[in-house]
Amino acid sequence: METLLQQTVNGLVVGSVYALIALGYTMVYGILGLINFAHGDVLMVGALVALEAISLLQTHYPELGLVPTLLAGLGVSVVVCMILGYTIERTAYRRLRNAPRLAPLITAIGVSFLLQTLAMIIWGRNYHTFPQLVSTTPIEPVAGVFITPVQIVILVVSAVLMIGLVLLVNKTRLGRAMRATAENHRVASLMGVDTNKIIAATFVIGSALAAVAGVMYSSNYGIAHYAMGFMPGLKAFTAAVLGGIGNLAGAMLGGIVLGLVESIGAGYIEDMSFGFLNSSYQDIFAFIILGIVLIFRPTGLLGERVADRA
Amino acid sequence: MSAPILQLRDLRIAYGAIEAVKGIDLELAEGELVSLIGANGAGKTTTLNAIAGTLPIAGGELRYNGQRIEKLPAHKRLRQGLALVPEGRGIFTRLTVEENLRMGAYCRRDDDAVEADLERVFTMLPRVKERLQQVAGTLSGGEQQMVAIGRALLSRPKLLLLDEPSMGLAPLVVEKIFEVISSVAAEGVTILLVEQNANLALEFSQRAYVMKSGHITLTGSGDALLADPKVRAAYLGEV
Repeated sequence: METLLQQTVNGLVVGSVYALIALGYTMVYGILGLINFAHGDVLMVGALVALEAISLLQTHYPELGLVPTLLAGLGVSVVVCMILGYTIERTAYRRLRNAPRLAPLITAIGVSFLLQTLAMIIWGRNYHTFPQLVSTTPIEPVAGVFITPVQIVILVVSAVLMIGLVLLVNKTRLGRAMRATAENHRVASLMGVDTNKIIAATFVIGSALAAVAGVMYSSNYGIAHYAMGFMPGLKAFTAAVLGGIGNLAGAMLGGIVLGLVESIGAGYIEDMSFGFLNSSYQDIFAFIILGIVLIFRPTGLLGERVADRA
Repeated sequence: MSAPILQLRDLRIAYGAIEAVKGIDLELAEGELVSLIGANGAGKTTTLNAIAGTLPIAGGELRYNGQRIEKLPAHKRLRQGLALVPEGRGIFTRLTVEENLRMGAYCRRDDDAVEADLERVFTMLPRVKERLQQVAGTLSGGEQQMVAIGRALLSRPKLLLLDEPSMGLAPLVVEKIFEVISSVAAEGVTILLVEQNANLALEFSQRAYVMKSGHITLTGSGDALLADPKVRAAYLGEV
């Protein structure tokens, strides 16, 4: 029972990070019908840029407190990723707007490789220790469940960002234009919407969320690495498909559900497999889910439309 | 006659190698209600889309208020007062009725005037007001057409292009929609109306152009065309 509760908490934490990343996938899919496979690598850039900024600040302004250093590092990383997201859309995807759908998909994979290679050139192939600015030492256990301050921060920040995004999309003029463009580019342009700007804004917002997710992911695991975006990117894509790709609520639900299944699964995988597999095989759960969803419910939990472009 | 608000000179539009509009001339004076009639595939919708900017032109001139606008993207044409109610209505089915209407006012910053215009749309289209919070995809075809017209009006157009507003609607509903169109025209909005229902279009319009296989074959006042035996035979269902 304690394992279950503990893994539920861990699952919520990792799930809310997946949810933030999945939102980026699902927003871009909703508006362009494109799976932006470079999204996970934007997260990686976010984490490494934050790492770089934080170490620079710690070297040159050691008197700055932990929280201001972290916030400044996060801020730099968010801005860099927003510019990166804009640049990717502008240079790689915009000219393929009317191309057959395979072309942007392959381009997305190419952008992913490009970002990883550039990051490898800049930051090398080694794992970097991510500074633990928020404590990862568990606080006093409640009902036998350990939770660390960094996990609490992740839960709170994710919740705030998700609420903020839902309000942005549903209550603002920009959000209305995003939904209108997602439904019909041509008619949106007849309303005076510059659809290219709206699409760029979608990439910028998604990339900002990815930057925050990257910093939180690295803070939680204590490492950053040029290829670190691949696995969370793939899992967040799974989460987006699970929730129903193109659907914001679905991405959030899918992220949380995936985090929970993976975490609880990891807690019991040894018992389930009679000691044959251990918790380092936890990644299989995400892909079992992806397979099951694609076979039995390709529209996902909350999706109405068939994701036939995946 | 005052300077034309819209002027097409030898306008050509092509889909790949196939020319759909083969050099047409057309003029609208400010405040006119003019219709463009013709059979299916004559190039009427293509012409409207090119005027609104969602289709590129292959040749000729397109002037709006005396300015060449061929290179202007659709969203900038709307900002200059040129609105299109597209064929099939183009409602945002997943947005609410109110959100659809507000999309029409997307480029406007005069919030108070937008609210006032919304109220005017409600008085013109009372059935719309009862359904503001409903998702627009759940509306009937006639209601969707009303929303589409109301949405276009919220951009405060100087020139309104209407593409087949009667398509697929019951006669009673069509009558209501044409009442709305004439009241919009009475307010001084210039209207270019594309219709397959030639009888109705000619009855309501001051002038009309008849289009056939990418050419304009006839033009004249609505009454004259209604009386023209060739038009009656070809488009008004008389043998």
